[in-house]
Amino acid sequence: MWDTFCSREPWPSSAGSEPRGMGLASTQPQPSLSDAEIIARIYSGDESAMAQLYDLYSHVVYAVALRVLSDSSAAEDILQDVFVQLWRNPQAFNASRGSLAAWLAVIARNRAIDQLRKKRPAAEAVDLDTVVSANLDLQNTAERKQTIEKVRGVLASMPAEQRAALEMAFFEGLTHAEIAGKTGQPLGTVKTRIRSGLLAVRKAFAI
Amino acid sequence: MSAHEQFADDLALYALGTLGESERAALEAHLAQCAACRRELQELRGDIGLLGLTTIGATPPPHARARLLSALAKEPRVRMVSKQSRRWWLLAPVSAAMALAVVSILLWSQNNALRQDLAQQSEQSSQNQAEVERAREVLALLSAPDTVRVTLITKNAKPQPQGKAIYRQRTGSLVFLASNFAPLPPKKSYELWLLPTSGAAPIPAGVFKPDARGSATVLMPPLPKDLEAKAFAITVEPETGSATPTMPILLAGGA
Repeated sequence: MWDTFCSREPWPSSAGSEPRGMGLASTQPQPSLSDAEIIARIYSGDESAMAQLYDLYSHVVYAVALRVLSDSSAAEDILQDVFVQLWRNPQAFNASRGSLAAWLAVIARNRAIDQLRKKRPAAEAVDLDTVVSANLDLQNTAERKQTIEKVRGVLASMPAEQRAALEMAFFEGLTHAEIAGKTGQPLGTVKTRIRSGLLAVRKAFAI
Repeated sequence: MSAHEQFADDLALYALGTLGESERAALEAHLAQCAACRRELQELRGDIGLLGLTTIGATPPPHARARLLSALAKEPRVRMVSKQSRRWWLLAPVSAAMALAVVSILLWSQNNALRQDLAQQSEQSSQNQAEVERAREVLALLSAPDTVRVTLITKNAKPQPQGKAIYRQRTGSLVFLASNFAPLPPKKSYELWLLPTSGAAPIPAGVFKPDARGSATVLMPPLPKDLEAKAFAITVEPETGSATPTMPILLAGGA
């Protein structure tokens, strides 16, 4: 069910401008492939599969990086970096443990946070261990949109302090101590808010 | 407060990569021993993945795609060598001669480096040989028909069927030891199943028949690497095994 999450069509774009078919490879319609099939083709050195993967998920990677860095040029560098790393090491993604879109979102976020903090890129082993899983079974674009809207709805319904703590941890990579210092909230409260915020996201998808 | 409660909030920060150094060390020590917290960590990472998807909206600039594909074309890749070499032979003989000259120079310089490595590798090889020999001895012990397997139980208690699965997720390695299993009807076998934490369908992990003492061993069945196991279970199946388990489950145990 995971590999059906985002495997058939490009992600919806509010801007409505799909960057597809820019003159290199894959301007022809590609057959629908699952995440695992695309990764297998990439592993065999198939550049057209990489182009297909880019068409499907570049929005995800770029949007996360842009949100973290607020710099389109830096976000594009992260986009390049994430996809080149996947080309070099496609076996880093394990289809049995999550959707490729969510996995890429986490990888992009981690690299963008590293960039934000001017740290050296995280050791590759950390990325390899990144695991994304949740009980999702989305079959089409409408359901995927519904999922995204549901998560956005959960965030919107949180108390402002909790949403702020969660967003500072995720999009700014701040530690709970840094968040506590910034907001004046007790350390323990910040910790609990972050965890319960994530649990609220999970609960929205509980059967 | 239980250990799980103590680490609950830290797990979320760890999943986000924002936990402090000292707390991270304590949590990692706990994670190494606690399957429940490892599963919770995986769930939290799933939650974080969903959070990342909420940013979707912005699209990368059009030139980014061409830039990426251009960069990929320059990437060295072993599995692309054969494709490129075919192109080489279609080119003029001069190009081939130049390529041979370059390769010769490279081989000459590599030869010197290889000589230096040879001594080190020879020593490493001896160590590897010793490890392989020891691994062979362990495998022979586990699989030899004359190996005696003794299950220790409370005095005077009736022996019960028991199975012990020894599983390493990273390599997909599994050893399963069965004891006190009842004899099977003709054309039937016991089958071991790995139940993935992800909730995916059970994965066949070996078919076996107990010997006269009720003992059996499953050694290194083909399993995917890096698959987190929630539990293992045993069912009775046709002699050649099944793709999906047939109820009832006779024995089960959580990882």
